Amino acid sequence: MTTHIQSRPAVLYGAQVSNLNVRFGSAHVLKDVTLAVPAGTVVGLVGESGSGKSTLGKTLVGINKASSGEVLIGGEDVTRLHGKRRRQMRREVQYIPQDPYSSLSPRRTTGQTLAEALDPHGANPVQHREAIAAALERVKLDPSAAEKYPHQFSGGQRQRIAIARALMLEPKLVIADEITSALDVSVQADIIRLLQGMRGTVDSAMLFISHNLAVVQQVCDEVVVMFQGRIVEQGPIESVYRDPQHDYTRKLLASVPGSPGFSLD
Amino acid sequence: MSTGAGLLAALILIAIIAPLTMTQAAEQLTANAALGPSPEHWLGTDDFGRDLLSRALVATRLTLLMTAGAAAISVVAGVAIGLAIWLAGRRVREVALRVLETAVAYPSLIFALVIAAVLEPGVSSAVIAIGIAGIPGFARITANLASSVSSSEYVVTARLLGVSPVRIAARHMLPNMAEPLLILSATVFALSLVEISALSFIGLGVQSPQYDFGRLLNDSLGALYTQPVEAVGPSVMIALTGLSVMLIGDALAAQADPRAKRSFFRRSLQRDRTAGVPAGDTALVRAENLRISIPGGPQLVKNISLSIDPGEVVALVGESGSGKSLTAMAIAGLPSEDLAVEADMLRVGEMNMLASPDQSRLAKDISIVYQDPGTTFNPSLRMGSQLTEVLRTHLGMGGAKARQVIIDALANVNITQPAQRLRQHPHELSGGMRQRAMIAASIVTSPKLIVADEPTTALDVTVQTDVLRQFRRIHREQGTAMLFISHDLAVVEALCDTILVMKSGEIVERLTSAQLAARDVHHPYTKALLAAIPTLEPAPAPATAGAPTP
Repeated sequence: MTTHIQSRPAVLYGAQVSNLNVRFGSAHVLKDVTLAVPAGTVVGLVGESGSGKSTLGKTLVGINKASSGEVLIGGEDVTRLHGKRRRQMRREVQYIPQDPYSSLSPRRTTGQTLAEALDPHGANPVQHREAIAAALERVKLDPSAAEKYPHQFSGGQRQRIAIARALMLEPKLVIADEITSALDVSVQADIIRLLQGMRGTVDSAMLFISHNLAVVQQVCDEVVVMFQGRIVEQGPIESVYRDPQHDYTRKLLASVPGSPGFSLD
Repeated sequence: MSTGAGLLAALILIAIIAPLTMTQAAEQLTANAALGPSPEHWLGTDDFGRDLLSRALVATRLTLLMTAGAAAISVVAGVAIGLAIWLAGRRVREVALRVLETAVAYPSLIFALVIAAVLEPGVSSAVIAIGIAGIPGFARITANLASSVSSSEYVVTARLLGVSPVRIAARHMLPNMAEPLLILSATVFALSLVEISALSFIGLGVQSPQYDFGRLLNDSLGALYTQPVEAVGPSVMIALTGLSVMLIGDALAAQADPRAKRSFFRRSLQRDRTAGVPAGDTALVRAENLRISIPGGPQLVKNISLSIDPGEVVALVGESGSGKSLTAMAIAGLPSEDLAVEADMLRVGEMNMLASPDQSRLAKDISIVYQDPGTTFNPSLRMGSQLTEVLRTHLGMGGAKARQVIIDALANVNITQPAQRLRQHPHELSGGMRQRAMIAASIVTSPKLIVADEPTTALDVTVQTDVLRQFRRIHREQGTAMLFISHDLAVVEALCDTILVMKSGEIVERLTSAQLAARDVHHPYTKALLAAIPTLEPAPAPATAGAPTP
């Protein structure tokens, strides 16, 4: 196992997870997970279905409860927070779900959806017109998109709106859970270009969950490989890809269709 | 919509006008008692000489108002309680749902009778009784809808954004439940109509001298043997009112979900089950000028022609909506019921796919592997009975023999403990395992053609590689022809001999695997698809030690 993480968190980190364990009854789903997602960087989290990568994402957002360990968001351990402070911290971690067809309420305009992210109480799109236009601009959508309903957009455009919503609050951490897996390859390419174009303009840390190493290579700075609930390898993309240490990482690298290592024989 | 709405509009018009113009005829006592139908009194008169048609029409107002009142009580209180239950904590919710279930199990009319008996009989107590009796059912439905909407990702996201539960209910849940609730309200209205009429009929509802449809029916009871025509007016009015509301409900449902609309379209099928194969045509599959359209609507597949030789692996590649799955399903003889399929020729072997081919041959000769291994299997049946079905029904194998064949097939696709898997339910297997089981089952009949509709799209990349290898192995060992649907050129590149690129219902480019490998493509759309493939760059070091094992 190769890791490049200091034992103590620094302020620099958007999110720092230490010795995180999650159990569902007798099932030990996350085992001693330790990783860091520095502010302004994109860390890819790869692994097969059932490896625990989605569980990790959901635990960071607060949907699942940690059994033990620390989750520092901006230096604060969110596993120990309660009440109002916990609700506030929830807004610091945003989640982009996989399926753009179910992540937007069909009866609300894009403007209403985005206004709700800014202001969960009022959610008035007129008050926040400029902020909404800026958020749409950021994901390369026309400001007029604010007036439209989800069914008027394609899957790729919907995913852009979901990204805009997650980034709107300038959260400390964004969890992107397989956000390109449900898309056609050509649409996936659009989203990848969008994320590449945003590099350096976003202060949030992003955990990019995927099972395709080629996508991770194009979007992320670092990669974390999970296997059976454990992190088996992590580090900068280049070094992990050049010199994979774990069998599963090698298998993943050889499974990208269209890449030189790929063969059906 | 128009029939139901027209009927209801007419009834409402009657409810407004009749009491203004016909009250005298309906309520004035005259000497013309108990007359039969005549030009002056179309439905005759009652024992007090009152015109029965006028009475039935005047009664419409009171009946409609009472029904609307009762239905409103059921719907408003039902929605409020249903939502409140969802908003409450888990423990309160569980208890409240059990209480509701108990209330729903109790017949609402008996419930209403008890309430009506406790209250003084009359208009308002009938409305209250029927209204309250309808609450539990509607609350239960609302709670069910709320729980399904609340698990949707947009509600989860709103919760993560810190939106309060009450706001989530108002902003996200109610609007997204409005349609089914509205449709169900029509049903509640019709039920309330019948129950209020029943209540008045047995004397616990409207009291003389007031009258609604139920009261009129009650009045007609005494003369049922001497002058049965008295019962006609109120009966017909109850039936018409109920019918108008149910028609509106059906129309609303059809509008909300176009699939619920009954389609009168029937695909015209050719008579001849065997297609004439011209001499020298060695292709296994031939489609000539295949056209698929929505009847009276757009053409989804436009004049495409393709052929698959025995043992050839052909890919259909394109984005969602390009018509690739429609084409494949038409070739497999399973086009959607409401689509029109035409072609100059569409055959698989000698089977004419424009006719209705012999089911048993269809099952043997063509196997289909679907996209989502999570939904291909019936979750309530064990793997064994599902996987052996084709062998038992179409090949006439005994249970034990069929199981043995499937066990061998599962072992062939590297499924461990195959005998034990047959006793398991689909959810106990992983997605990759289910898909491999599907592939294993698809080849036991030694089909001539396997149609695979995005068989790896729902799978992880490593599992995808494994599944693709299984297709490759089957092709090598059995020489089965395949039609492989995908949106990813990289996936089909390693597997297919011929690649057809589809866009908006047309084949825009035909490539051999060699051309694709050499990137010898011409159409801009194909180039765009190629450019979209995420590939590793630069190439990773060739895996040496501990090389990936299939």
